[in-house]
Amino acid sequence: MGQRVLMKGNEALAEAAVRAGCRFFFGYPITPQNEIPEYMSRRLPEVGGTFIQAESELAAINMVYGAAGAGARAMTSSSSPGVSLKQEGISYMAAAELPGVVVNMVRGGPGLGGIQPAQSDYYQATRGGGHGDYRTIVFGPATVQEGVDVMSKAFELADKYRTPVVILGDGMMGQMMEPVSLPEPLELAKLPLKPWATTGAKGRRPNIINSLFLDAEECEKHNLALQAKYDIIQATEQMAEIAFPDSDWFVVAYGTTARICREAIQEARAQGLSVGMVRPITLWPFPVNAFEKVVERAKGFLTVEMSLGQMVDDVRLAVNGRCPVRFFGRTGGMVPSDEEVLAEIEKMVEGRTR
Amino acid sequence: MVDKEFERPKGTEIVYERPKSLTDVVTHYCPGCTHGIAHRLVAEVLDELDARERAVLVAPVGCSVLAYNYFNLDTQQAAHGRAPAVATGIKRVLPDRVVFTYQGDGDLAAIGTAEIVHAAVRGERITVIFINNAIFGMTGGQMAPTTLLGQETTTSPKPTGRLAERAGYPIRVCEMLSQLDGAAYVARGSLSSPQNIAKAKRHIRKAFQAQLEGHGLGIVELLSSCNVGWKMSPVDALKWIDSHMVPVFPLGVFKDWSAAGVEAARLADSGVAAG
Ligand SMILES: Cc1ncc(C[n+]2csc(CCOP(=O)(O)OP(=O)(O)O)c2C)c(N)n1
Ligand code: SF4
Ligand SMILES: [Mg+2]
Repeated sequence: MGQRVLMKGNEALAEAAVRAGCRFFFGYPITPQNEIPEYMSRRLPEVGGTFIQAESELAAINMVYGAAGAGARAMTSSSSPGVSLKQEGISYMAAAELPGVVVNMVRGGPGLGGIQPAQSDYYQATRGGGHGDYRTIVFGPATVQEGVDVMSKAFELADKYRTPVVILGDGMMGQMMEPVSLPEPLELAKLPLKPWATTGAKGRRPNIINSLFLDAEECEKHNLALQAKYDIIQATEQMAEIAFPDSDWFVVAYGTTARICREAIQEARAQGLSVGMVRPITLWPFPVNAFEKVVERAKGFLTVEMSLGQMVDDVRLAVNGRCPVRFFGRTGGMVPSDEEVLAEIEKMVEGRTR
Repeated sequence: MVDKEFERPKGTEIVYERPKSLTDVVTHYCPGCTHGIAHRLVAEVLDELDARERAVLVAPVGCSVLAYNYFNLDTQQAAHGRAPAVATGIKRVLPDRVVFTYQGDGDLAAIGTAEIVHAAVRGERITVIFINNAIFGMTGGQMAPTTLLGQETTTSPKPTGRLAERAGYPIRVCEMLSQLDGAAYVARGSLSSPQNIAKAKRHIRKAFQAQLEGHGLGIVELLSSCNVGWKMSPVDALKWIDSHMVPVFPLGVFKDWSAAGVEAARLADSGVAAG
């Protein structure tokens, strides 16, 4: 870990990507993530990399597809409406087993929505997002520092599993200035070789990057192979933080919302309430193991999101009826306040139904 | 693939053989389809330029989706219409490789219009082989953006065929792209006769040279037959290219960086300079 610097979330993520060996960035402007392409447009040429402002998010993600298939660490970033357009390419990358990183600084939706922070793309990110039976690894960092940390991890896992990785931030985290420790830059020469990349069939049989399987039996086989990979990811790559694991009650939140909930939990504990937090860092794989650690003693969970209830489905699946799961959310760019969350915690503890 | 050398009788010379850039595989193309001719021309040019081992093909979605089985090349199969974006990603990572797309008219001129236009706008050093058969072959013969007025397809049916009032006019891709500064070589050929095929091959070679010499995007549109989609015999289909398609899609070179004056103008324009 190198120097500690004060950086805006979006710029810190961009610099972290460069240090993780990303030399190819393809993007299309959209608020609230414009600092990422802007930063990349001046930073990448300094390290011999390439920045392209694409004609659309469709083109940008397909440039990532080509660059990843040619063996490079490549990424794109966008916000909700743009990420909807990228779903075509993400599905193709998952199918063709190409690594790559996609940042989504989520804003209020649906449609054009707004430009204020939201978490309403949780379903899209964690259920694959495009067509077909696939998943992407999804990180939901809560601080700028954690964003920087998961960026390195994102490129590492993308290469390791040959799969696209999504970093789900929100407008607030992108705009926030925080001190961060940046990692030392990775040496490109030390990155793992990619013998499958299309670099020209010199002295070997052609490499083919493909997602077409016209024969149904073959297509099923391919899906089962992908699934086997997802099973390994689910078993080994879950990340979560548990705060106050000995508590009776738990709040579940990720990203910026988790920071607000942390405040509310401090206040609740000051009042003598036994409240802790389960904070997923990987949203897929969903950190069910963390829930297993606390669910037997828990009297109830309160899921808080900047959406009308998406992650709460995964919490219910993890808890599997063993205790009540409540939900509180604001959406469309509205951010829950710590007072609101505290009030919901009190309701939960008192067993009140709204 | 079996690479068995046949013993050549003394005093004979090989005048025709399978290009190294093609695999020894029976294609799925309909009998009479000109996709196979286009494949062969591209493969011959790659062999002649000694480019096979540094070539990367981007295959489209269309009848030639399986091109990765027929070309003996590293290949990426792209989403429908996105081949120029995929090729852009490859070429920027591997600037010394020979990157080309092979796309149909639905792929390039309908769903992928933005991608081809902006690849040309950026002057990407890629080569584009554009198969204009005036129809969506793969999906069963629907109207393409290049379908001629009056031409019957399954979505521009009898008795009118394509009607301008309802479905607009055929798009002339070469004429359009030749307006863009980043396009270095733009030509339209035809696969309708041996003479035209020979000319088409020269266009293809030039379009690869534009890339190899770093001038910008090279595109060759090839007027091609889809005898099955057109519901014609293979011979009639070739005649129909000459009688019906050429008047709408005139053959020729629309832009050539190497033509007198063009080069100087390009160099003066630093925005598209090579490098
Ligand atoms: C996103 C998407 N939309 C539609 C299709 C269906 N589709 C496959 S090929 C094709 C048209 C192909 O026509 P063209 O590009 O002219 O190629 P040809 O078969 O004539 O060589 C279409 C619409 C698809 N595969 N993907
Ligand atoms: S449908 Fe048309 S374009 Fe496709 S293989 Fe048959 S003849 Fe060729
Ligand atoms: Mg066609």
